Amino acid sequence: MNIPQNLRYTKSHEWVQDLGDGKARVGLTDHAQSEMGDIVFVTLPEVGDDVAVGERLADVESVKAVSEVYSPLCGKISAVNDALADDPAAINNDAYGAWLAEIDDIDDMEGAVELLSADEYAELTKEA
Amino acid sequence: MERKTPLYHRHVANNGKMVPFAGYLLPVQYGTGIIAEHMAVRTKAGLFDVSHMGEAEVKGPGALDMLQSLCTNDLSVMADGQVKYTLLCDENGGVIDDVLVYRFAADHYWVVLNASNQDKDFSWMQTHCPGNVVLRNLSDATAQLALQGPLAMDILGGQPLPAKNYTFMNEVTMAGVQCMVSRTGYTGEDGVELYCANKDAPMLWGALLAQGAIPCGLGARDTLRLEAGMPLYGHELTMDITPLEAGLKMFVKFDKPGFIGKEALIERSEPSRRRAGLRIHGRGIAREGCPVYAKGNQIGHTTSGTHAPYLGYAIAMALLDVSCIHIGTQVEIDVRGRWLAAEVVALPFYKRVRGVDHSSPIP
Repeated sequence: MNIPQNLRYTKSHEWVQDLGDGKARVGLTDHAQSEMGDIVFVTLPEVGDDVAVGERLADVESVKAVSEVYSPLCGKISAVNDALADDPAAINNDAYGAWLAEIDDIDDMEGAVELLSADEYAELTKEA
Repeated sequence: MERKTPLYHRHVANNGKMVPFAGYLLPVQYGTGIIAEHMAVRTKAGLFDVSHMGEAEVKGPGALDMLQSLCTNDLSVMADGQVKYTLLCDENGGVIDDVLVYRFAADHYWVVLNASNQDKDFSWMQTHCPGNVVLRNLSDATAQLALQGPLAMDILGGQPLPAKNYTFMNEVTMAGVQCMVSRTGYTGEDGVELYCANKDAPMLWGALLAQGAIPCGLGARDTLRLEAGMPLYGHELTMDITPLEAGLKMFVKFDKPGFIGKEALIERSEPSRRRAGLRIHGRGIAREGCPVYAKGNQIGHTTSGTHAPYLGYAIAMALLDVSCIHIGTQVEIDVRGRWLAAEVVALPFYKRVRGVDHSSPIP
């Protein structure tokens, strides 16, 4: 399973890329997309939405089931990956390229959610 | 603790994603995913392990009378080698299960039932089993493989095969394995369901894959049956839904002698709700249990729904007020607080164009 060293991870299988200046990108891990199977539809938040830690950030639907994606950070949505509307399978093909949303104005990058290192996340998904 | 079918190790070796289903561990998909498997069945041939399905043998001088009292369809008109789809109803007309009945001889039948209903079905049949009938549960000794798709019959080529849909041939030797070959399926495609002894299943499975069949899991089985507009027990059929509400009137024969549930079904012969097909407009999927509205009033709820891979849009089946089931009715579905526009469309959503007869049990 692909787990890039430069990203942080949540126990609920989101990845977080720190872009600096209180800004981060969030997506679904390779492990998550592989568990979900063929992804056919993604509901994204609106730019300008405020999100809190643990709040619903997006819905990702595979043929099998819908999965809710929770925000690992508190801040304001500054961009969403609109390309996923036409090509939701991009998450299957490139989980770390196909980001879901960009969150800005993050005052605490460590947040209330425990962010894992790549090694810790690898350990977590190995057990599962 | 889930049970394993005789093909469990084949699935694991084949990269199958194993999940618990109706008490069994079965692959929900293999490496290429549900969409690829779905398309393989629509355009080539897919192979499913459906060994979890239950088989009841009903044998003896009273076999036909017993089945006639349990089944809504008329089995008295069956010939040897014929298969019939029927419902088993309780006294209230609720559906206990939907099953296939195979006639081997005038006094010898198989009833093939849903894995999730096995215990319930067997105790129901046992309760109604007279002294001159022997009821046996063959499920644990019997494997079932479904080979489905436009190339299915070519893959089996050179064998004597049942020529018509809803017929079967017993004691056919295939890849050195003795099987019962049934021209039936749950995908909307041409194909067969093969019944064999557990110990022979891996050999038959391997031989069919070697002939080009693509292994398919439960995920594709569900999307295929949905596209083909076929009901699934626990969704479109339950103890609280009658066959008439489910749109299966052609499998209920009121003109045959009494059967369990007949009086209740006569009383409930003008149901206020009926199963309908919905095409979702726009993006989103309405799965089971979403409220459906028309002009601001709730008119029912969805019973199944998915992204239909061959059609390329989302579909759902729903139980709707009969005043709202005419084709073209515009409705709205409440999907976890998000509104999805949809339209009532004819069932089945997908009908295969090649071939002369239509094997779908749904009118």
